Amino acid sequence: MEKLLEVKNLEVGFQTYGGYVQAVRGVSFDVNRGETLAIVGESGSGKSVTTQAIMKLIPMPPGEIRNGQILLDGEDLVPKTSKQMEKILGQDVSMIFQDPMTSLNPTMRVGAQITEVILKHNNVSKETANKKAIELLELVGIPRAEERVRQYPHQFSGGMRQRVMIAIALAANPKLLIADEPTTALDVTIQAQILELMKSIKKEVGSSIIFITHDLGVVANVADRVAVMYAGQIVEIGTVDEIFYDPRHPYTWGLMASMPSLETVDEGQLEAIPGTPPDLTNPPKGDAFAPRNPYALQIDYEEEPPMFQVSPTHFAKTWLLHPEAPRIDPPEAVLKNRRKLAGTFEKPVMVMEV
Amino acid sequence: MIKYFGKRFFYMFLSLLVIITATFFLMRLAPGNPFTSEKQLPPEIEANLNAHYGLDQPWYVQYFDYLKRIATWDFGPSFKYKGQTVNDIISEGFPVSLALGIEAIFIALALGVLLGVLAALYHNKWQDYSSMIFAVVGISVPSFIMAALLQYIFAIKLQVLPVARWDSFAHTILPALALATTPLAFIARLTRSSMLEVLSNDYIKTAKAKGLSRGVITVKHAVRNAMMPVVSYLGPLSAGIITGSFVIEKIFGIPGLGSHFVTSIQNRDYTVIMGVTVFYSILLLLSIFIVDIIYGLIDPRIKLRAHKKGA
Amino acid sequence: MSALPNKKDKFVVVGSQADHAEKINKPSLSFWKEAWLHFKKNKLAMFGALLLIVLITMAAIGPHIVKYDYATNDLMNSNQPPSKEHWFGTDDLGRDVFARTWEGARISLFIGIAAALIDLAIGIIWGGIAGYKGGRVDEIMMRIADILYGIPNLLMIIILMVVLGQGLGTMILAMTITGWIGMARIVRGQVLQLKTQEFVLASRTLGADSRRILFKHLIPNSMGPILVTLTLTIPTAIFTEAFLSFLGLGLNPPLASWGTMASDGLPALEYFPWRLFFPATFICLTIFAFNVIGDGLRDALDPRLRK
Repeated sequence: MEKLLEVKNLEVGFQTYGGYVQAVRGVSFDVNRGETLAIVGESGSGKSVTTQAIMKLIPMPPGEIRNGQILLDGEDLVPKTSKQMEKILGQDVSMIFQDPMTSLNPTMRVGAQITEVILKHNNVSKETANKKAIELLELVGIPRAEERVRQYPHQFSGGMRQRVMIAIALAANPKLLIADEPTTALDVTIQAQILELMKSIKKEVGSSIIFITHDLGVVANVADRVAVMYAGQIVEIGTVDEIFYDPRHPYTWGLMASMPSLETVDEGQLEAIPGTPPDLTNPPKGDAFAPRNPYALQIDYEEEPPMFQVSPTHFAKTWLLHPEAPRIDPPEAVLKNRRKLAGTFEKPVMVMEV
Repeated sequence: MIKYFGKRFFYMFLSLLVIITATFFLMRLAPGNPFTSEKQLPPEIEANLNAHYGLDQPWYVQYFDYLKRIATWDFGPSFKYKGQTVNDIISEGFPVSLALGIEAIFIALALGVLLGVLAALYHNKWQDYSSMIFAVVGISVPSFIMAALLQYIFAIKLQVLPVARWDSFAHTILPALALATTPLAFIARLTRSSMLEVLSNDYIKTAKAKGLSRGVITVKHAVRNAMMPVVSYLGPLSAGIITGSFVIEKIFGIPGLGSHFVTSIQNRDYTVIMGVTVFYSILLLLSIFIVDIIYGLIDPRIKLRAHKKGA
Repeated sequence: MSALPNKKDKFVVVGSQADHAEKINKPSLSFWKEAWLHFKKNKLAMFGALLLIVLITMAAIGPHIVKYDYATNDLMNSNQPPSKEHWFGTDDLGRDVFARTWEGARISLFIGIAAALIDLAIGIIWGGIAGYKGGRVDEIMMRIADILYGIPNLLMIIILMVVLGQGLGTMILAMTITGWIGMARIVRGQVLQLKTQEFVLASRTLGADSRRILFKHLIPNSMGPILVTLTLTIPTAIFTEAFLSFLGLGLNPPLASWGTMASDGLPALEYFPWRLFFPATFICLTIFAFNVIGDGLRDALDPRLRK
């Protein structure tokens, strides 16, 4: 498969009153053409910052990309100026934001907010752009699109506004679509509709998608691959099957155990991960998850774990995969679903030295 | 929509009634009779005059007479200058004041918005700091001091602009600048904070994610939304310009309504004070009302709220 | 990819360790202390505070450090430029401008502070009752305030001054008759906010120290906007005093305020500019000081503006 986006050892930090926050601490992943990668993590895990760094939407200062490369079609975005980024944003990469209530300009007609992307990136007339805007609204399932283009955002419901946002994101046929928790701010029933829409659009348009969410339940539905982030790092990454049926990182276990499913609701064994994520002005020594990890080893408090490879596509960053580590069984919720997957290595291989 | 404006109009009307009533009764409380201040008049002439001006009537008759006259746009006579009416003074002085006021409002709006937008775009850079120091100084220098300063520098020392009077465009520059300083500074601060707030909004991020250029984002998405508070400041702005004009016109010897008003205060020409006050109040309340309408037209959300309330 | 030597003992499960997790990284400061730290960082506000201290000190001692009295005429020495004898020169009646400037400072500052405090008192009563009672009472009281708010302030003050006659007392009275409304609105807003926080208070009365909550959180948080409004009322009043003096509605001679001095000095601008220069400068400096202090307070006291 051809790689569209490669992120290599990305480090992003912010200068704040409270000190320097290391929001993203060495993140590497890639996205293939036509693929959906989900990035999962709690708020503050650095998932949004990572994607905003890809779009260079981080306010600088106080933010800065300290290190790393962001290769889109082999071209590094990090050194690009904001002027150079204008050609890429909207056209090659576009973004859907979390809160549709605030992401649209309240004093501009919905149609104009769509056509301005089209006019910016395509050499077409206003009439053509208008027509395209109506088509896009129809594509994202907004009825009476011809009337709706002339309305203002406040005349749309939350779910409808998110559809408009999707239409805007699709307006210039981007290669990569970043969806930053696109369903979090919506009602549950609307969430499902938007997810369905995203799936059908992916089929129709064929863009790659990075789907950010804190909800593992959403992931299984839309993603091909999943990256789990914690405290500014990717702690586990693999295909959907690998993450759901054979997770290796204790944080992923915690996420799985805290995810409600039909059975767990009956048996009442929903488990929360105790504690809160660490303060990234002062990242803890060793494994950042250790203080909340019931399976933490002594070494977790002393040294940062390396990345271990479990299969050609599956990586996890935990000392538990070290040959010297004791055998530990994941919690019940994970064990129950565990399956032997083809392609899994006999033994995990350490791929990165500390 | 109509209900919204109807309510606004009603409040405007109430405020106006309070002002007219208050001025009427306060003027009756004023020390001395309008005619007794300087010359001693023979009692029969005084009685005559009182009868002529309706002062021998009971207060409520006078009050309703006054209301009636205001409703027909008759602000009454001057007690000091025989044969001159407040309407004469207004029609003579107001056009001059209006020209000066519009020039000042234009300067304040154009430069104030420009400074505020620049400061917000270059937040925490030298452009921001210098505009904001300029603005805080502008707010701290009262218009009459600014007038004196401008007169001293440009008219007396450099002699590039006329000291006073109202003959040509050159004569309007210094007074308009002096009048504009404080509102200009205020608008700059208002625009800056409003711009900063708007720029932190999600839809600005959306606009950036669309690949729009900084200029387009600033003009199309940010400034338009940031102008809302500035528009609602237009009401207080015209109030500031009007009251500011009293002193500025006096200092620059401009024959506007403000000058006449100050003269009438110094002469204790009660009916003129009263009439001009009521005229100014009508003007102000009307401009606030118009600003409300403009605001409703610019911001599409206002319509909805009014609709919902009405439904 | 070497195996790590001597690490066998490190691969034992020790589990989650609370003391690692519960490390408090930021020292928690009291509201006022944090506000002060923020205020201190604002150079402009600190400069304003310093300026104000100097101005107040001079108002206290200024009239006493020269041998001239602010009200004594000396027609032989009228309109003298600044010199060793008369630091700020003399006015048309030969009065020492330095002595008059600091005497004027007392009066201008007095007017400003008195007007602000009276506004505060009325505002607390009116806004407090409206906010606390709520419902119909609130509705009626705030409607009255709304209607009065529509009345142009300075016009009303002028009318009142014309009717009441010139003087220190009448000037403060005229200013406060129209000035209290803004404060009343702020106080009402704060009271409404406090009221909803009473639930918090009630729930804590059983366990937590409620006085601590009241004094550490509720009162400081509601004090912010009131304090800021108070600070910004003072320069407005000083401005109004000067403005009225220019209209001939100022204080009666020989009383000196910055406003009367400046308006007396204005016609002499061309030949004796110092007569305007000194009072005008101090009017500006004082208004400037209060403005930047007010801005600094607003930034420091509003938790949303802190970052």
